[in-house]
Amino acid sequence: MLTLCIPGDSIARAVGADEVAVALVREAERRNLPLELKRTSSRGLYWLEPLVELESADGRLGFGPVTSKDVPSLLDALQGDASAHPLALGPVEELPYLKSQQRLIFARAGITRPLSLDDYRALGGFEGLARVIGQSGEEIVASVLDSGLRGRGGAAFPAGIKWRTVREAKAAQKYVVCNADEGDSGTFADRMLMEGDPFLLIEGMAIAGVAVGASMGYIYVRSEYPQAAQTLRAAIDIAREAGYLGADVAGSGRAFELEVRVGAGAYICGEETSLLDSLEGKRGTVRAKPPLPALQGLFGLPTLVHNVLTLASVPVILARGAQFYRDFGMGRSLGTMPFQLAGNIRHGGLVERAFGLTLRELVEDYGGGTATGRPIKAAQVGGPLGAWVPPSQFDTPLDYEAFAAMGAMLGHGGVVLADDSLDMARMARFALQFCAEESCGKCTPCRIGSTRGVEVVDRLLAAPDDAARDEQVILLKDLCDTLTYGSLCALGGMTAYPVTSALKHFPADFGLKSSEADQ
Amino acid sequence: MPDETLHLPLILSVLEREKDTPGALLPILHAIQEGLGYIPDAAVPEIAHALNLSQAEVRGVISFYHDFRTTPPARHILRLCHAESCQSMGGAQLAAQLREHLGLDDHGTTADGQVSLRPVYCLGACACSPALELDGQLHARLTPEGLRELVNRCLEDGTC
Repeated sequence: MLTLCIPGDSIARAVGADEVAVALVREAERRNLPLELKRTSSRGLYWLEPLVELESADGRLGFGPVTSKDVPSLLDALQGDASAHPLALGPVEELPYLKSQQRLIFARAGITRPLSLDDYRALGGFEGLARVIGQSGEEIVASVLDSGLRGRGGAAFPAGIKWRTVREAKAAQKYVVCNADEGDSGTFADRMLMEGDPFLLIEGMAIAGVAVGASMGYIYVRSEYPQAAQTLRAAIDIAREAGYLGADVAGSGRAFELEVRVGAGAYICGEETSLLDSLEGKRGTVRAKPPLPALQGLFGLPTLVHNVLTLASVPVILARGAQFYRDFGMGRSLGTMPFQLAGNIRHGGLVERAFGLTLRELVEDYGGGTATGRPIKAAQVGGPLGAWVPPSQFDTPLDYEAFAAMGAMLGHGGVVLADDSLDMARMARFALQFCAEESCGKCTPCRIGSTRGVEVVDRLLAAPDDAARDEQVILLKDLCDTLTYGSLCALGGMTAYPVTSALKHFPADFGLKSSEADQ
Repeated sequence: MPDETLHLPLILSVLEREKDTPGALLPILHAIQEGLGYIPDAAVPEIAHALNLSQAEVRGVISFYHDFRTTPPARHILRLCHAESCQSMGGAQLAAQLREHLGLDDHGTTADGQVSLRPVYCLGACACSPALELDGQLHARLTPEGLRELVNRCLEDGTC
């Protein structure tokens, strides 16, 4: 009996995993070969997808990237000397890309079947929830505070402080809301987690609900992730059936219910207050803060809003202790971060490591440089509102404070690599245009400044001489200042990052001599 | 235009099911669009009445979100990703190829209603850029030839 694993992850499927699975079953039938095929989550080694793994006495042996054409030769090899196949990768867990990672959140990635409770429990699932059953809300909150966990959505606010605020708020009804509106280009960790290990998010939210005294939770998933929403809904039903959700969460005597809501293609709904408005059935318009959502959030009631990865970090903190978690990382950036390598990169995928490795290690050692083989021009870190970082700054450690110090941000941990053919003036214009299209319209700098910004970049690029260019550069910088300091939320407030970083590091793309851009 | 009164039974049954859900408007709009392919004008007063909102509020929500359509969709909807990761892998060239191949702008629909282009910002396939979604199905590591083939398949699809 052969046991093969192939991911059911949507991106593995987008590069042919389903076709390979069908071909494997057909070919095995034709050969009268008994075959068990498991659809697991993805390891996050996306350049190797579709990655087929053989369960063997020596652990899982990998083959990839496999196409349906490779299936006959693969089955030949599996019946004989598996290591002789040209796509053989050896034991998957020994691959340096994977072996050197510190996977706490993604510990089960690629190993378990997303909707199997047994698989989840066999690898530590629900241990965190079991641990909190006898604890008071105060004790649970203390663990989260001590772990040093910060919000993984981008703002990096200490999670424990939010938990304490919501816990201490007095209200008949409180909520836990998971922000799964992962709209940033270059990020896919939330998607991978929801599609691949949905019980982990459910466990994290149940712990949060018990800790802060919330009996209802919502997961707001972007509409571009239909498979994630579908998997979560199925997982919630299974978890409820098994007693992990409902009127009596895991025998705690406390109630917690969970519901999935789907967004409708508005990037701004990843901003927590506009997400809350959207959940309430309104336009996703940003709210002024204060009042904080922790005190007046969903339907005006105390609400704990966290990103997927923040909530998914909670079970391991409770299961293994705050000290275990805070031993990872550096400075005030503690624990692990799932970085995501994307764009023009040879080895795109997910790298979960403690904070503190450098961008160069990430992009060059893991990523292997550009996919096209051309020189690296820049990496955009932290999504569309993140700065373009030139290779000269790649030795900066991945740490919230170190990135802030150089006028950049880690955001949600996405890294988009670009080769020297990418025109940075066009990318700067794109950032402003994106802001114009996605602005909720509430504050003036973002609503109008973004459109004016596109016009200024156009005039800058069309300017006939240095004097005219200088004038537009001054205007553009001034406008970026207004966006940064005058916007209500991060969309307007950080749109300047990609624009000013492109202008500063790649003046030639704007037709400028370096001295002009430095003014 | 189709006779929109034919859509009323579905609209009313969605409203009956969802009207007491907290924050019901987005789930209602999604359910109507899933059932009918778009949100007909006739739905607006019904939704407003069921949720005790003004029609302007309902219209405001429909127009705020990129996903909601107020006219029937084309047979095939092709959503090419325009985000940075895909751009760094030649996404802009693919978008230009699409425009030329179909003779449309980025948001256009062919005259025969066969194909609609709907740019999308990020499909979460960034490790395998460039990517697109065609009729709900994802395709990644897209090449110019692969894209041409997908488009041709839509154009030649005789099922309409």
